[in-house]
Amino acid sequence: MRFMIIVKATKDTEAGVMPEENMIASMATYHEELARAGVLLDASGLQPTRTGWRIRYSGNKRAVSDGPFAESKELIAGYTLIQVKSREEALEWTRRFPNPVGEGKEAEIEVRQLFELEDFGKSAAIERFRDIGTLPRR
Amino acid sequence: MAVTATDTHRTIDAVWRIESARLIARLTRMVRDVGVAEELAQDALLVALEQWPQSGVPDNPGAWLMATAKNRAIDRLRHRKLLERKHQELGYALEIEQQTAPGIEAGIDAHIGDDLLRLVFIACHPVLSTEARVALTLRLLGGLTTEEIARAFLVAEPTIAQRIVRAKRALAEAHVPFEVPRGPELIERLASVLEVIYLIFNEGYSATRGDDLMRPALCEDALRLGRMLAELDPRES
Repeated sequence: MRFMIIVKATKDTEAGVMPEENMIASMATYHEELARAGVLLDASGLQPTRTGWRIRYSGNKRAVSDGPFAESKELIAGYTLIQVKSREEALEWTRRFPNPVGEGKEAEIEVRQLFELEDFGKSAAIERFRDIGTLPRR
Repeated sequence: MAVTATDTHRTIDAVWRIESARLIARLTRMVRDVGVAEELAQDALLVALEQWPQSGVPDNPGAWLMATAKNRAIDRLRHRKLLERKHQELGYALEIEQQTAPGIEAGIDAHIGDDLLRLVFIACHPVLSTEARVALTLRLLGGLTTEEIARAFLVAEPTIAQRIVRAKRALAEAHVPFEVPRGPELIERLASVLEVIYLIFNEGYSATRGDDLMRPALCEDALRLGRMLAELDPRES
């Protein structure tokens, strides 16, 4: 089963302030541990929303609106994708996740489990997803 | 949220899965016998199963398990020293005592990648039958229990237990060193490791959908081992 560890945006991440060296170092240590245990699938930081955009669907229309976006608490600044054996294992790994803005400061990460194809009923469309080679099968 | 004994046991299972390979790798570096290292790690796990439901799970469960296992290792070596007084073992004991000294922890952690890699090569050593390599790899590096391995391979649990016991004995008798092979030997030995990972994947992949979930889960175990090996990159050591 796969889980996504989502790092929430802050004023600093939205302002494009790069993290301090020692914070990057503790993130590197943590991700090395994930990799050595074979559980790390992917991880990345995201650029501030000012370089992103949204597409709004309304009726038959699609409207593009450029970033930045307000409500920084609801925005995402990075993610780490892991594959583990159980929910408890995911919980144990996430407990060890370093404070993303530096120890002692207020921050929040959120963890969400990914749907696997097995979670959907059997259908022709799901089988087509199974055949898309670049997607992990399980 | 109330923490029940069952919750704690599930947490201990998860901690074991995360920590067991590192724990066994580090202990093998100290005692130079993978079988003894695994017993020490299991001993520490038993202490955790006894204590954590009452005391709660420690903040750094990995360090706790390591400290407990080290103490057991020292007890064991002191005991043996009294019985046998072998120079070699005195050497090991000294090494352990040095490694237990504060401040050395960070130094050991720096080598953990190498130690894990050595453990991979021991588990997949050619003195072992293919079946034994597969079982030992899942047990030592995948953190699977004997019961889980037995279920995954549709074999009786005592059969797997026997296979693992014999494999550990064979490794001890052959005095297989705790090292990463070099040069042409590395290529040969790496092929043996890759074969084991492939066999585990294949076993899971060939399982039909109606089967016990333990079987398809082998695919994930194999992928996990593959990612682990890629990260440890034996060609660099």
